[in-house]
Amino acid sequence: MPGSAFCSGLCFAQDCVLLRSCTIIIRRLEVKMVKRDKVFQIIDHLILFVVMLFCILPLLLLFSSSFSNEAAIINKGYHILPRSFDLTAYQYIVNGSSGILRSYGISAVITVVGTLGNMVFTVLYAYPISRMDLKGRTFFSFFLFFTMLFNGGLIPTYMMWTNTFHIKNSYLAYILPNLLVNGFYVIMARNFFAANIPAALLESAKIDGAGEFRILRDIVLPMSKPILATLGLFVSLNYWNDWQNGLYYISNDKMYTIQVLLNRMLLDTLYMQQGLAKTMHSSIGASMPTATLKMAIAVLGAIPVLIIFPFISQYLSGGIVVGAVKG
Amino acid sequence: MKKKKNQTRFNWALYLMLIPAFIYLLFNNYIPMTFTVIAFKRFNFQKGIWGSEFIGLDNFKSLFSTRDSWIIFRNTVGYNLIFIAIGLFVGLTLAILLDELNSKKGKRFYQMSYLIPYMISITVVSYIVYALLSMDTGFINNSILAPLGKERVSWYTKPAYWPFILVAVNQWKWLGYNAIIYYSSVISIDASYYEAATIDGAARYQRIVYITIPLIRSTIITMTLLQLGSIFRSDFGLFYQVPMDSSALMNVTNTIDTYVYRGIKSVGTLGMSSAAGLYQSVVGFVLILIANGIVRKIDKDSAIF
Repeated sequence: MPGSAFCSGLCFAQDCVLLRSCTIIIRRLEVKMVKRDKVFQIIDHLILFVVMLFCILPLLLLFSSSFSNEAAIINKGYHILPRSFDLTAYQYIVNGSSGILRSYGISAVITVVGTLGNMVFTVLYAYPISRMDLKGRTFFSFFLFFTMLFNGGLIPTYMMWTNTFHIKNSYLAYILPNLLVNGFYVIMARNFFAANIPAALLESAKIDGAGEFRILRDIVLPMSKPILATLGLFVSLNYWNDWQNGLYYISNDKMYTIQVLLNRMLLDTLYMQQGLAKTMHSSIGASMPTATLKMAIAVLGAIPVLIIFPFISQYLSGGIVVGAVKG
Repeated sequence: MKKKKNQTRFNWALYLMLIPAFIYLLFNNYIPMTFTVIAFKRFNFQKGIWGSEFIGLDNFKSLFSTRDSWIIFRNTVGYNLIFIAIGLFVGLTLAILLDELNSKKGKRFYQMSYLIPYMISITVVSYIVYALLSMDTGFINNSILAPLGKERVSWYTKPAYWPFILVAVNQWKWLGYNAIIYYSSVISIDASYYEAATIDGAARYQRIVYITIPLIRSTIITMTLLQLGSIFRSDFGLFYQVPMDSSALMNVTNTIDTYVYRGIKSVGTLGMSSAAGLYQSVVGFVLILIANGIVRKIDKDSAIF
């Protein structure tokens, strides 16, 4: 362009005006966008908040009902907030019942034993198949994996454990069927080992003369704390919440875990009045506060899970469940 | 030092480690697979599994011809389809809403609260439902219907309400889990896509429809296909415990799994129950293979194998 100073000066001035107008427009747009964004954020929060209420209020109903006065509940029904705050149901459990506390204890022991057993079996299987140098690695991986795709179903498994192993009405029935090894978790552990234990480290350990068990115990396990923690949390959740094994295999009511007890109480309306009452040597004198007692026992069934929950949540968000299984 | 050409070698210690779980899986999973022959026999307790009379596909014929069988298949598949569709909608919506939220603390708080129902056992859930729906003491009858002047409803004897109740309970338990799965997919989308779109003047909903959803397409498809692979399986607790095994509700709550369980209790239908269980396992297996095959074609990394 014929570059005269006057021309470029004029252009420069025009550019300045253009620039300034643009800036003003953009700033106004930004303000508009920020305002629209604020509105959206409020709506977003509102929806998410309502969903949160949907999730939490039912639990509140459960808890409040357990802390209420029995007569008030009979008259006016269960409520989200406690009706006349009252600890009678819990007193009844603690003072009167060997039955309920016993179930609680059984649940706890089963969960601990089962979880430990599961973790041992899982790690012992996952570690070798994570090793590239294991001959037959594909076979053993598939052997595990196929159990996740196909199984005989309830009746064959039931026959196996009752006819061949006779675990009916034995505590082993809570631990052994289906829960002791879970393909999902073994694969999760295998992936972890494969990704986090460097082959070079194992090589140098072997050169130093360490045996496989020693390597597992002294090198692999200390490095595996995250996966062991995840495994432990998930498996203990499964054991604590399990009610099916008890339903299928246990009929002796002195052996009930708390989930089985809850199940029996709900589905068999007479059980509470007759069966359970037998196990109570109640010193409270008054009759069983059935309505609130039910809720109190259910609360007991949920409490340990809710306590562990904050620890689990950090492993659940971030897609460890999804990401860990692929591959 | 000579490098070993043969990379794999026989390592007795590692094989020793495999033994416990291997034996367990043999007894818990593989040997019971052979017991599925019960489905082809007229089972007789005295004669046992191997001595009982072989009757070919008769059990299957009975299974598919009784009126009950239509009901259980309809319930199982029908509910699953609804669960999948609604679960996808709710989970995806929540995931996107969480991602669009500015507040970090909010994100964390809401996520945690949505996961709590997932942790509660279905047994405890059935108590919560009881606290809501009990005829005399339920929250709904007493604190919602009564103040509105409406009559109490005997929920546990009215089948019409239960499809809705079961869908609601199922969603209550699973929306957190679904939301997290989709959420982790959504947050892995490269921010530069959004930046480019914003510069081009895209509005928020356009960003969501044209960027977010297409880019997590593979997760959506994978999740849906895998769930479809399990379409003949149901959540036993949901259909047995929550309705409190009420006989009035059987037609809307009986699924293949509850049918099989009820079959154990009465030896008369043990053959049909075994047939139902075998059907579930075989068809489920085939469906998973098909589902996985399809997923592989779409996005190789998302396939399970």
